[in-house]
Amino acid sequence: MNRLLTRRRFLIGATVTASTLGLSGCDAGSESELTKSVLRLAEGLTMKTQRLLLGDAALAREFGEADLSPVFRTNGTTMPDNARYIAWMNSQFSTWKLEIGGLVERPVQLSLDELKALPSRTQITRHDCVEGWSAIGKWTGVPLGMLLHAAGLKPEARYIVFHCADQYEQATDGAGWYYESIDLVDAFHPQTILAYALNNRALEVAHGAPLRLRVERQLGYKQAKYLARIEAVADLAQIYRGRGGFWEDRGYEWYAGI
Amino acid sequence: MTTTVDVRSKPGRIFIYRHTLPVRLSHWLNVICMSFLLLSGLQIFNAHPALYWGKYGADYDPAFISIETVEDGNQLRGLTHIGALTLDTSGVLGVSQVDGIPDERAFPAWLTIPSYRDLSTGRRWHFFFAWIFVINGLIYLASGLFSRHFRRDLLPSTEELGGRHLWSEIIDHARLRFPHGEGARRYNTLQKFAYLLVIFVLLPGMIATGLTMSPGFDAIAPWLVDMFGGRQSARTLHFLCAISLVIFVVVHVAMVLLSGFINNLRSMITGYYAIHPGDMK
Repeated sequence: MNRLLTRRRFLIGATVTASTLGLSGCDAGSESELTKSVLRLAEGLTMKTQRLLLGDAALAREFGEADLSPVFRTNGTTMPDNARYIAWMNSQFSTWKLEIGGLVERPVQLSLDELKALPSRTQITRHDCVEGWSAIGKWTGVPLGMLLHAAGLKPEARYIVFHCADQYEQATDGAGWYYESIDLVDAFHPQTILAYALNNRALEVAHGAPLRLRVERQLGYKQAKYLARIEAVADLAQIYRGRGGFWEDRGYEWYAGI
Repeated sequence: MTTTVDVRSKPGRIFIYRHTLPVRLSHWLNVICMSFLLLSGLQIFNAHPALYWGKYGADYDPAFISIETVEDGNQLRGLTHIGALTLDTSGVLGVSQVDGIPDERAFPAWLTIPSYRDLSTGRRWHFFFAWIFVINGLIYLASGLFSRHFRRDLLPSTEELGGRHLWSEIIDHARLRFPHGEGARRYNTLQKFAYLLVIFVLLPGMIATGLTMSPGFDAIAPWLVDMFGGRQSARTLHFLCAISLVIFVVVHVAMVLLSGFINNLRSMITGYYAIHPGDMK
């Protein structure tokens, strides 16, 4: 056996061994709480850096009509199958009301017509799914900040939680209901709206009818659909599994700016 | 690459100090970061294995590279589409074995972190190592500028850029003839080109195209994503840059092996590289 062959064999062997060890190490690491908490450090660093560079008011890019996706892809729940939602749907959402409560001075309930009568904002923005795809759509809705000003946030309110009418997973602890949360910086951002129309048409069921959230500087899973109740809270730990959202409870970042 | 240490362990051999400590540390840190970034990146890619050009791109839009799994009778087949070309890549891309069972996945389990399908964990690994990679890169760039490493060791001289010189280097590389004498004191010109391309184009390109996939970053610097032609173009370029880096690493490791594995490895660990000044080249 010549030298080159042994060296080559050694290298191949070493590489295969190292990569196998490395990979199984990564699986074990992915499941260890210590590794998870170390890896999570990156999220805080990303959020702090982006917020520092963004400021409170920097806008997400707005596009023109020519940039609209021919078909806006749907994702997640496309047809909630619970009785409450189906009843709303059958009434063309005339029986639906949006509740705004929690740590607010004046809890309110608003019908779809009442929401549509309020000043609106229309924006053509890009929706970026965590999976990697993007779609550009034209959203019309009520600025969330305006509603929160009207309801009057109590001083201890720090997050706005969005409770949705769809159950995305059957979970014994009730945490299968979709929900999301944002902090006050995003809640009062001018592009943060509760949208009732996509591309000049009433929001379709598959896109979250009658109302969905748009937080344009974050990923798709933050854009909660089928809104039923908005709650101002001081802390996210008491809600479902405590990480501030359906996907956040399943390992995804709460700050989805990346 | 300036200090000569006259340790004549073998006749005719001397050691030169080739790689400074910042270069060696950042090199190995980069090896770790790039390995994790590549494998967790493929996990992320698997969540939507299609690449588009432009500002948007999803299932209804034309993809120019995609990996799909199709059912063929009672068997799964993996198809990779590149433009109009379709390749059957069953076993590796589109469908591969997981514990002996064919599984529907773009890149195989042995190329992703974690091995099983888990986008959120893949993202955690990716962004953690992305931060280390960026910080490491910034320190490397600052130290390279400050120590004049780039100008002294990587910038080709006018003479090296001459057609005749470049041709002779190409011939030498093709014949796997590498200098061991005075010529080995410096990087050769092709090597300088490759390193400059990686340091100043591909690695910054990875970071820039990666950042522009972030909706938050796009609100900070919309001009950057526009420069790449939109977010989906940036995502495609991110992938193509990664493939280019993989090709670089394959060639780089091959050259390390062929031009003296132990000597090269020693110099990237201890800094000292052996040359034989008596040799003609």
